[in-house]
Amino acid sequence: MTDILDHQIAEPDSLANPRHDWASDNARRRIKKRYGRDRLLRAFGLGAVITALMLLAILIASLTYTGYVAFYTTKVKVDIFLDPQIIDKENPGKTKYRKITKQAFYAYFPDVKNRKDKRNLSKILSSGAQYIVRDYVVAHPEKIGETVTINLPLSDPFDQLHKGVIPRWIDAAGKNGGNGEKMLNPRFKSEKVLVWFDNLVARDMLSSPFSWELFVNADSRFPELAGLAGAFTGSLLALLVCFLISFPVGIAAAIYLEEFAPKNRFTDFIEVNINNLAAVPSVVFGLLGLAVFINFFGLPRSVPLVGGMALALMTLPTIIVSTRAALKAVPPSIREAALGVGASRHEVVLHHVLPLAMPGILTGTIIGLAQALGETAPLLLIGMNAFIPSIENLGLMEPATALPTQIFAWGDSPERGFVSRTSAAILVLIGFLVMMNLVAIYLRQKFERKW
Amino acid sequence: MFGSLLILLLILSVAGFYLGRRKAFVVAGGKRSQLHSRPLYHGLYVAALVGIPTLLLSLIWIFLQRPVIDALLLQSLDPKAIAGLSVSELSLLKSQIKSVAQGAIFGDPKPIVVEAAERLTHWRVIANWAMVATCIAIGLFVLIATRSKIARLFRARERVEHVLDLLMIAASVLAILTTFGIVVSLTIESLRFFDRVPFLEFVFGLNWEPQIPIREGQVTGGGAFGAIPVYVGTFLIALIAMLVAIPIGLMAAIYLSEYASKKMRAIVKPLLEILAGIPTVVYGFFAVLIVAPAMRSFGAMLGVEIAPNSALAAGAVMGIMLIPFISSFSDDAISAVPRSLREGAYGLGATKSETIIDVLLPAALPGIASGILLAVSRAIGETMIVVMAAGIIATLTFNPLSPVTTVTVQIVTLLIGDSEFDNPKTLAAFALGLTLFLLTLALNVLALRIVRKYREQYD
Amino acid sequence: MNMNVETPKEPVDAMTFQLPEELQVKVKTRDVNVHYGEKQALFDINLDVPANHVVSLIGPSGCGKSTYLRCLNRMNDIIDIARVSGKIELDGLDIYDKNIDVVELRARVGMVFQKPNPFPKSIFDNVAYGPRIHGLADNKTELEEIVVTSLQKAGLFDEVKDRLKDSGTGLSGGQQQRLCIARAIATRPEVILMDEPASALDPIATAVIEELIDELRQNFTIIIVTHSMQQAARISQYTAFFHLGYLVEVGDTEQIFTNPVDRRTQDYITGRFG
Repeated sequence: MTDILDHQIAEPDSLANPRHDWASDNARRRIKKRYGRDRLLRAFGLGAVITALMLLAILIASLTYTGYVAFYTTKVKVDIFLDPQIIDKENPGKTKYRKITKQAFYAYFPDVKNRKDKRNLSKILSSGAQYIVRDYVVAHPEKIGETVTINLPLSDPFDQLHKGVIPRWIDAAGKNGGNGEKMLNPRFKSEKVLVWFDNLVARDMLSSPFSWELFVNADSRFPELAGLAGAFTGSLLALLVCFLISFPVGIAAAIYLEEFAPKNRFTDFIEVNINNLAAVPSVVFGLLGLAVFINFFGLPRSVPLVGGMALALMTLPTIIVSTRAALKAVPPSIREAALGVGASRHEVVLHHVLPLAMPGILTGTIIGLAQALGETAPLLLIGMNAFIPSIENLGLMEPATALPTQIFAWGDSPERGFVSRTSAAILVLIGFLVMMNLVAIYLRQKFERKW
Repeated sequence: MFGSLLILLLILSVAGFYLGRRKAFVVAGGKRSQLHSRPLYHGLYVAALVGIPTLLLSLIWIFLQRPVIDALLLQSLDPKAIAGLSVSELSLLKSQIKSVAQGAIFGDPKPIVVEAAERLTHWRVIANWAMVATCIAIGLFVLIATRSKIARLFRARERVEHVLDLLMIAASVLAILTTFGIVVSLTIESLRFFDRVPFLEFVFGLNWEPQIPIREGQVTGGGAFGAIPVYVGTFLIALIAMLVAIPIGLMAAIYLSEYASKKMRAIVKPLLEILAGIPTVVYGFFAVLIVAPAMRSFGAMLGVEIAPNSALAAGAVMGIMLIPFISSFSDDAISAVPRSLREGAYGLGATKSETIIDVLLPAALPGIASGILLAVSRAIGETMIVVMAAGIIATLTFNPLSPVTTVTVQIVTLLIGDSEFDNPKTLAAFALGLTLFLLTLALNVLALRIVRKYREQYD
Repeated sequence: MNMNVETPKEPVDAMTFQLPEELQVKVKTRDVNVHYGEKQALFDINLDVPANHVVSLIGPSGCGKSTYLRCLNRMNDIIDIARVSGKIELDGLDIYDKNIDVVELRARVGMVFQKPNPFPKSIFDNVAYGPRIHGLADNKTELEEIVVTSLQKAGLFDEVKDRLKDSGTGLSGGQQQRLCIARAIATRPEVILMDEPASALDPIATAVIEELIDELRQNFTIIIVTHSMQQAARISQYTAFFHLGYLVEVGDTEQIFTNPVDRRTQDYITGRFG
């Protein structure tokens, strides 16, 4: 800057005159240009906001579009004769229903004789149809010997065909550059099965009721039967463990740090630790769970107890931070008033500060639990992605799966039906998250105080 | 067993509470004002002293019982019978014994197994009863001892508060224990890994083929553990993510904080928060379902081959996930710029964009920078998107259109399914985890430091 | 505030005072009302500011003097809920006319704020900022000339000439405020608005600033809001007294402080309230 000092210093009075000519063309042009740049930045900003919202819209719309079909199942009405000679009356659960089911279905197609055709025909029905018949008989043993009408689900390809998700014919030479030649979708064995399928449609035997299976069934290899009940239970148990650990521990830690802790290196160290834990990648908590809970303490793999403990360690920083914020929001005058009537510091906190801070604490806890509910990686590492085909044997120490890991597992499955199942499961998960967040917002608004 | 013990201990504590309170009433002779502390505190004092130590003891017991019995079991086996068995064969034998002890007998187990299983069952029963007996005995003893201490001037309240303090400190220390647990467990497993694979090979090796043969004759890769390609892939994807997230996030923040009306802010900000609250597994599925195929067909239209699990698709989706992160950090940083600076610029006749670019952004830069650092740390540690949408094979490439793998993908693929803790493949995951932890820790510390410095500037 | 003070229902016509004929009116205010949302902050303000003079605006806090000041370069535009009606003219030009560009207006009517607010840039860049965005210099030499003269004019040049590249936020409070004055001068404004420019400064720095204001009068018209009546008496030729959103009295500074017409002015300057 030394060169500046070499300038002939102008007389101070020359500063004011001549003033800038704001009316000149040059000045006008310049201002116009500057406003142009302002509009440009504004447009960029608006563009960014719109882009972000569009991406959100595309995300939700694509999941809804692919997922809504999983909320109903294509079923076929079949009259089944519950042959008392085949079914063991004493023990109806032990009978094999495969044959009865198939025979009942074949009866609708008397023309189909040959074995191979019959096998292909039976593939229209879900492989799980026999169990539905079994469950029906177990529930209604008095019907043995009668002919009953049961709604049986179709197998995945036909379910998807009826929902219009997959086509019958596809371009022979791939998607693009095809010469217009069509070939049968390889998911169907022959053209005949399509004719039979059309026959079912023509006879008005198909219906599309709401898919309770999605909610009450456990997982299954067959997408048309796979449900989320196992995942619900697993997530619920893991969240319960997570809550039981992180809520009391988080509150205790927050109260100590906010209300009692002396300002020293030790408490500083704790705070730094908490801040850093909040930003540790979730997969590392999975490694921790694997190395400490499973390898060192010898707890079993895949169980909600271990999953919940890993999630609790992850959720803890969130709860501590929000609890501290809630405690800080309680004005000191309340504490002084209580101290003034002779309450001990602990009584002040327990009787006055904590109750007043509780809505804020609960809000933070719910948000922390919502995060834990959507967390996948740690559960994956400790093996909480078990295949759970039955919901009878679930507990804290039993192998389990959870909602996000179920989504991961379904998302990885090749069957077409699992695509819509995955989307549907995601919609359900997002539904839960939205509900939890709404509760949190409600709590915040209902109990929010302005001091 | 454990459950019933917990219930017993609970009953004992409640009994302690009532007995303690009762005693306090008695010593006060019906006049509460005679007591130093309210009877409630006397009761709580007894309950806490009965309940907490016994609970801790039973927890420690339950955690240690298994390793101890395992060790005893191993020692009790006939040394001749287990001579020459490898570590994995031994653990197989162990699990065989355990399943036999649980009554699940497959085929015809060897007599040594059956014998050991009986011993195991016997020991377990002994251990369980010993635990119950010890805990109850201690509980009862403490109950009687503490109850006898109750007197008119006994400062029960202070004691109870002291116990509360200890509990709260213990809760706070859990955060340290967690960090400690992470560091120690990752370090131990990593050291075991570096016993088998040279450290330098891991850090500088250009070849990552962790699929080593488990059985003889299995056709797999050569078992190379050079982490460079994995890290290159991680950074490539993180870079793409930041290229998506920073411009959109920052511009959106500028618009929302400076241009948007109050009403628009009130609508848009919660919507962006939804984007932030969506679980990452959902983003992963979105990448596989929509983004990757769309990119592929777009590439095909241009005549460019884009892999279905390209770095571009995974990175772009990760970028979408990070938009709200960047935008909320930037928004906070811009809003935190003192009003006076804003007015100073407007007072000189600066336009809105000039004020933003020349004054607000430079002043908010530390906050924005630390937000970006935290976002990078997230991108590096993000798991589900890349597990679902990125590749598994580690190829050393900077081409965003080809598949690459990341640290987190490798951790998950190496550990998913059954994992034995004695093979380099499993241990490699911990070595990767350790580097990941240190890397993200460094980024977070840096970000926090920048923020702290920046706060001092304006306070 | 003392409750004995009688607040008149009707605003007193402050325009009983007439500027001497020979003075050129720089800023003319007619019937200005300002609302913040539902609340009215200023009532029918009428005021003439003569060129190349210093006019002080005094009054108890919340009386509207800062609000009025911020009308003059339309800083109230930044506040969403503020609404200004009436007429303010700069050299006969209605500044609230829709054809008027605020960017140009604010370059012509500069402002110095209560708290020094240098940008987090170098000293040089702070002063050069206005000329740069408005394109007041055709080349680097001219720009440097403007910066140097502005710093000189603000009485800061000698103190900072060796560290023009250092950050402006590293200066002392008084220096920072003079830097802000230099920054305001650099855009060659016609009017400089000062909102309690010395309230955050120590007495010595205040004295420097006051001296500076007196010098600046030669080139600029200065309107200054001040809390300190002594300051108003020292530096200004005319003084306007605001109370509860009304302009109560305007006059020769000497007359206002020695012989106020209005009872409220008298109460205020004798320290009975405020």
